[in-house]
Amino acid sequence: MSDENFDEEEEYTGGVIKKFMYVNRRAPYGSVYALESLEVVLVGAAFDQDVSVVFADDGVFQLKKGQDTSEVEMKNFSPTYRALEMYDVEKLYVEKESLEARGLTEEDLVVPVEVMTNSEIGKLMEQQDVVLSF
Amino acid sequence: MSMLHTVNKSPFEKTTLDSCLRFAQQGASILLLEDAVYAAMRGTAAEGKMVAAGNRHKIFVLGPDLKARGLAVENVIEGIEMVDYGGFVDLTVSHDSVQSWL
Repeated sequence: MSDENFDEEEEYTGGVIKKFMYVNRRAPYGSVYALESLEVVLVGAAFDQDVSVVFADDGVFQLKKGQDTSEVEMKNFSPTYRALEMYDVEKLYVEKESLEARGLTEEDLVVPVEVMTNSEIGKLMEQQDVVLSF
Repeated sequence: MSMLHTVNKSPFEKTTLDSCLRFAQQGASILLLEDAVYAAMRGTAAEGKMVAAGNRHKIFVLGPDLKARGLAVENVIEGIEMVDYGGFVDLTVSHDSVQSWL
Protein backbone atom coordinates (compact mmCIF):
# COMPACT_ATOMS: atom_id res chain seq x y z
CA MET A 1 0.00 0.00 0.00
CA SER A 2 1.42 3.41 -0.97
CA ASP A 3 1.51 6.36 1.41
CA GLU A 4 -1.03 8.12 -0.76
CA ASN A 5 -3.57 5.34 -0.33
CA PHE A 6 -2.91 5.22 3.37
CA ASP A 7 -3.64 8.95 3.66
CA GLU A 8 -6.93 8.52 1.85
CA GLU A 9 -7.89 5.78 4.22
CA GLU A 10 -7.02 7.96 7.19
CA GLU A 11 -9.22 10.70 5.83
CA TYR A 12 -12.07 8.26 5.34
CA THR A 13 -12.03 7.18 8.98
CA GLY A 14 -11.84 10.79 10.12
CA GLY A 15 -8.36 10.17 11.48
CA VAL A 16 -9.50 9.82 15.07
CA ILE A 17 -7.96 6.78 16.68
CA LYS A 18 -9.29 5.74 20.04
CA LYS A 19 -8.04 3.10 22.40
CA PHE A 20 -10.55 0.27 22.56
CA MET A 21 -10.24 -2.58 25.05
CA TYR A 22 -12.42 -5.67 24.79
CA VAL A 23 -12.72 -7.69 27.99
CA ASN A 24 -13.66 -11.36 27.53
CA ARG A 25 -14.79 -13.24 30.61
CA ARG A 26 -16.95 -16.08 29.24
CA ALA A 27 -16.13 -19.56 28.01
CA PRO A 28 -16.89 -20.32 24.34
CA TYR A 29 -19.95 -22.34 23.18
CA GLY A 30 -21.86 -22.31 26.49
CA SER A 31 -23.08 -18.83 25.58
CA VAL A 32 -22.77 -16.59 22.52
CA TYR A 33 -20.62 -13.91 24.24
CA ALA A 34 -17.25 -15.16 23.00
CA LEU A 35 -18.26 -15.30 19.35
CA GLU A 36 -20.04 -11.93 19.47
CA SER A 37 -17.02 -10.32 21.09
CA LEU A 38 -14.72 -11.64 18.40
CA GLU A 39 -16.94 -10.13 15.71
CA VAL A 40 -16.98 -6.74 17.44
CA VAL A 41 -13.19 -6.85 17.81
CA LEU A 42 -12.88 -7.37 14.06
CA VAL A 43 -15.21 -4.42 13.40
CA GLY A 44 -13.08 -2.15 15.61
CA ALA A 45 -9.94 -3.31 13.86
CA ALA A 46 -11.48 -2.61 10.43
CA PHE A 47 -11.81 1.04 11.47
CA ASP A 48 -8.11 1.21 12.29
CA GLN A 49 -8.65 1.73 15.99
CA ASP A 50 -6.10 0.96 18.70
CA VAL A 51 -7.47 -2.37 19.83
CA SER A 52 -6.47 -4.52 22.78
CA VAL A 53 -8.21 -7.69 23.88
CA VAL A 54 -8.21 -9.05 27.42
CA PHE A 55 -9.00 -12.64 28.37
CA ALA A 56 -9.83 -13.13 32.03
CA ASP A 57 -11.92 -15.53 34.14
CA ASP A 58 -13.50 -18.16 31.87
CA GLY A 59 -12.57 -16.00 28.86
CA VAL A 60 -9.15 -17.67 28.89
CA PHE A 61 -10.88 -20.86 27.69
CA GLN A 62 -11.67 -19.12 24.38
CA LEU A 63 -8.00 -19.48 23.46
CA LYS A 64 -7.62 -23.15 24.44
CA LYS A 65 -5.87 -25.20 21.77
CA GLY A 66 -7.47 -28.26 20.18
CA GLN A 67 -11.12 -27.17 20.04
CA ASP A 68 -13.19 -29.54 17.89
CA THR A 69 -16.90 -28.75 17.68
CA SER A 70 -17.76 -31.39 15.09
CA GLU A 71 -19.97 -33.28 17.56
CA VAL A 72 -21.85 -30.33 19.04
CA GLU A 73 -22.96 -28.76 15.76
CA MET A 74 -21.52 -25.32 16.48
CA LYS A 75 -18.94 -23.30 14.59
CA ASN A 76 -15.39 -23.66 15.91
CA PHE A 77 -14.27 -20.04 15.85
CA SER A 78 -10.97 -20.55 17.67
CA PRO A 79 -8.90 -20.39 14.42
CA THR A 80 -10.12 -16.79 14.00
CA TYR A 81 -8.01 -15.68 16.98
CA ARG A 82 -4.97 -16.59 14.89
CA ALA A 83 -6.21 -14.23 12.15
CA LEU A 84 -6.38 -11.21 14.48
CA GLU A 85 -2.75 -10.42 13.75
CA MET A 86 -3.67 -9.78 10.09
CA TYR A 87 -6.08 -7.10 11.26
CA ASP A 88 -3.29 -5.53 13.33
CA VAL A 89 -4.86 -6.75 16.55
CA GLU A 90 -1.70 -7.76 18.35
CA LYS A 91 -2.34 -6.71 21.92
CA LEU A 92 -3.75 -9.85 23.47
CA TYR A 93 -3.56 -9.88 27.26
CA VAL A 94 -4.34 -12.90 29.41
CA GLU A 95 -4.77 -12.67 33.13
CA LYS A 96 -2.22 -14.86 34.89
CA GLU A 97 -4.42 -15.66 37.88
CA SER A 98 -7.29 -16.88 35.67
CA LEU A 99 -4.99 -19.14 33.65
CA GLU A 100 -3.51 -20.70 36.77
CA ALA A 101 -6.87 -21.35 38.45
CA ARG A 102 -7.87 -23.31 35.35
CA GLY A 103 -4.73 -25.41 35.16
CA LEU A 104 -3.62 -23.76 31.92
CA THR A 105 -0.33 -22.28 30.73
CA GLU A 106 0.63 -20.06 27.80
CA GLU A 107 1.51 -23.22 25.84
CA ASP A 108 -2.14 -24.31 25.94
CA LEU A 109 -3.24 -21.26 23.92
CA VAL A 110 -3.79 -20.94 20.14
CA VAL A 111 -2.02 -17.57 19.83
CA PRO A 112 0.96 -15.81 21.38
CA VAL A 113 -0.28 -13.60 24.21
CA GLU A 114 1.08 -11.45 26.97
CA VAL A 115 0.35 -13.04 30.32
CA MET A 116 -0.12 -10.27 32.85
CA THR A 117 -1.27 -9.92 36.45
CA ASN A 118 -4.69 -8.45 37.16
CA SER A 119 -3.10 -5.30 38.50
CA GLU A 120 -1.09 -4.80 35.29
CA ILE A 121 -4.21 -5.30 33.18
CA GLY A 122 -6.13 -2.98 35.49
CA LYS A 123 -3.62 -0.21 34.84
CA LEU A 124 -3.96 -0.65 31.06
CA MET A 125 -7.72 -0.57 31.42
CA GLU A 126 -7.55 2.89 32.95
CA GLN A 127 -5.66 4.17 29.90
CA GLN A 128 -8.43 3.24 27.45
CA ASP A 129 -10.94 5.54 25.78
CA VAL A 130 -13.52 2.76 25.52
CA VAL A 131 -13.80 -0.54 27.40
CA LEU A 132 -16.30 -3.09 26.13
CA SER A 133 -17.22 -6.06 28.27
CA PHE A 134 -18.32 -9.50 27.07
CA MET B 1 -34.79 -43.99 44.24
CA SER B 2 -31.83 -42.90 42.17
CA MET B 3 -31.55 -39.50 40.66
CA LEU B 4 -29.49 -37.99 37.88
CA HIS B 5 -28.33 -34.40 38.32
CA THR B 6 -27.09 -32.47 35.29
CA VAL B 7 -24.95 -29.33 35.54
CA ASN B 8 -24.16 -27.12 32.53
CA LYS B 9 -22.44 -24.05 34.03
CA SER B 10 -18.73 -23.41 34.56
CA PRO B 11 -17.66 -23.95 38.18
CA PHE B 12 -15.53 -20.80 37.93
CA GLU B 13 -18.33 -18.50 36.85
CA LYS B 14 -21.45 -19.76 38.60
CA THR B 15 -22.34 -21.51 41.85
CA THR B 16 -24.60 -24.02 40.08
CA LEU B 17 -22.26 -26.95 40.66
CA ASP B 18 -21.97 -26.08 44.36
CA SER B 19 -25.75 -25.99 44.67
CA CYS B 20 -26.02 -29.36 42.97
CA LEU B 21 -23.41 -30.88 45.28
CA ARG B 22 -25.18 -29.43 48.32
CA PHE B 23 -28.51 -31.02 47.47
CA ALA B 24 -27.55 -34.23 45.71
CA GLN B 25 -27.96 -37.27 47.95
CA GLN B 26 -25.31 -39.91 48.43
CA GLY B 27 -25.39 -42.33 45.52
CA ALA B 28 -27.01 -39.92 43.09
CA SER B 29 -25.31 -39.53 39.69
CA ILE B 30 -24.03 -36.25 38.29
CA LEU B 31 -23.51 -35.50 34.61
CA LEU B 32 -21.32 -32.53 33.67
CA LEU B 33 -22.13 -31.02 30.26
CA GLU B 34 -21.63 -27.79 28.26
CA ASP B 35 -19.50 -25.34 30.32
CA ALA B 36 -19.62 -27.63 33.37
CA VAL B 37 -17.17 -29.99 31.66
CA TYR B 38 -14.36 -27.69 32.85
CA ALA B 39 -15.07 -29.05 36.36
CA ALA B 40 -14.02 -32.53 35.22
CA MET B 41 -10.43 -31.52 34.49
CA ARG B 42 -7.34 -32.18 36.58
CA GLY B 43 -5.18 -29.29 37.71
CA THR B 44 -7.91 -26.67 38.17
CA ALA B 45 -9.08 -24.84 41.28
CA ALA B 46 -12.21 -27.04 41.23
CA GLU B 47 -10.37 -30.36 41.32
CA GLY B 48 -10.43 -30.90 45.10
CA LYS B 49 -14.18 -30.36 45.21
CA MET B 50 -14.76 -32.83 42.40
CA VAL B 51 -12.51 -35.51 43.88
CA ALA B 52 -14.46 -35.22 47.15
CA ALA B 53 -17.76 -35.38 45.25
CA GLY B 54 -16.54 -38.56 43.57
CA ASN B 55 -16.69 -40.33 46.93
CA ARG B 56 -20.42 -39.63 47.25
CA HIS B 57 -21.52 -39.74 43.63
CA LYS B 58 -20.90 -41.42 40.31
CA ILE B 59 -19.80 -38.57 38.05
CA PHE B 60 -20.07 -38.48 34.27
CA VAL B 61 -18.88 -35.96 31.68
CA LEU B 62 -20.22 -35.44 28.15
CA GLY B 63 -17.46 -36.24 25.62
CA PRO B 64 -18.59 -34.03 22.71
CA ASP B 65 -18.55 -30.97 25.01
CA LEU B 66 -15.02 -31.81 26.22
CA LYS B 67 -13.89 -32.15 22.62
CA ALA B 68 -15.51 -28.87 21.53
CA ARG B 69 -13.56 -27.04 24.23
CA GLY B 70 -10.22 -28.62 23.38
CA LEU B 71 -10.10 -30.62 26.63
CA ALA B 72 -8.26 -33.93 26.52
CA VAL B 73 -9.88 -37.08 27.89
CA GLU B 74 -6.50 -38.02 29.41
CA ASN B 75 -6.73 -34.99 31.69
CA VAL B 76 -10.13 -35.83 33.12
CA ILE B 77 -10.08 -36.52 36.88
CA GLU B 78 -9.76 -40.22 37.63
CA GLY B 79 -13.10 -41.85 38.36
CA ILE B 80 -15.13 -39.50 36.18
CA GLU B 81 -16.62 -41.47 33.31
CA MET B 82 -17.00 -40.04 29.82
CA VAL B 83 -20.26 -40.62 27.94
CA ASP B 84 -21.49 -39.68 24.45
CA TYR B 85 -25.00 -38.52 23.55
CA GLY B 86 -26.21 -42.13 23.51
CA GLY B 87 -24.78 -42.56 27.00
CA PHE B 88 -26.60 -39.39 28.10
CA VAL B 89 -29.88 -40.96 26.94
CA ASP B 90 -29.04 -44.22 28.76
CA LEU B 91 -28.39 -42.25 31.97
CA THR B 92 -31.73 -40.43 31.81
CA VAL B 93 -33.52 -43.73 31.22
CA SER B 94 -31.70 -45.68 33.93
CA HIS B 95 -32.41 -43.11 36.67
CA ASP B 96 -35.83 -42.54 38.22
CA SER B 97 -35.72 -38.79 37.71
CA VAL B 98 -33.52 -36.00 36.39
CA GLN B 99 -32.77 -32.64 37.97
CA SER B 100 -31.21 -30.07 35.61
CA TRP B 101 -29.30 -27.42 37.56
CA LEU B 102 -29.48 -24.47 35.18
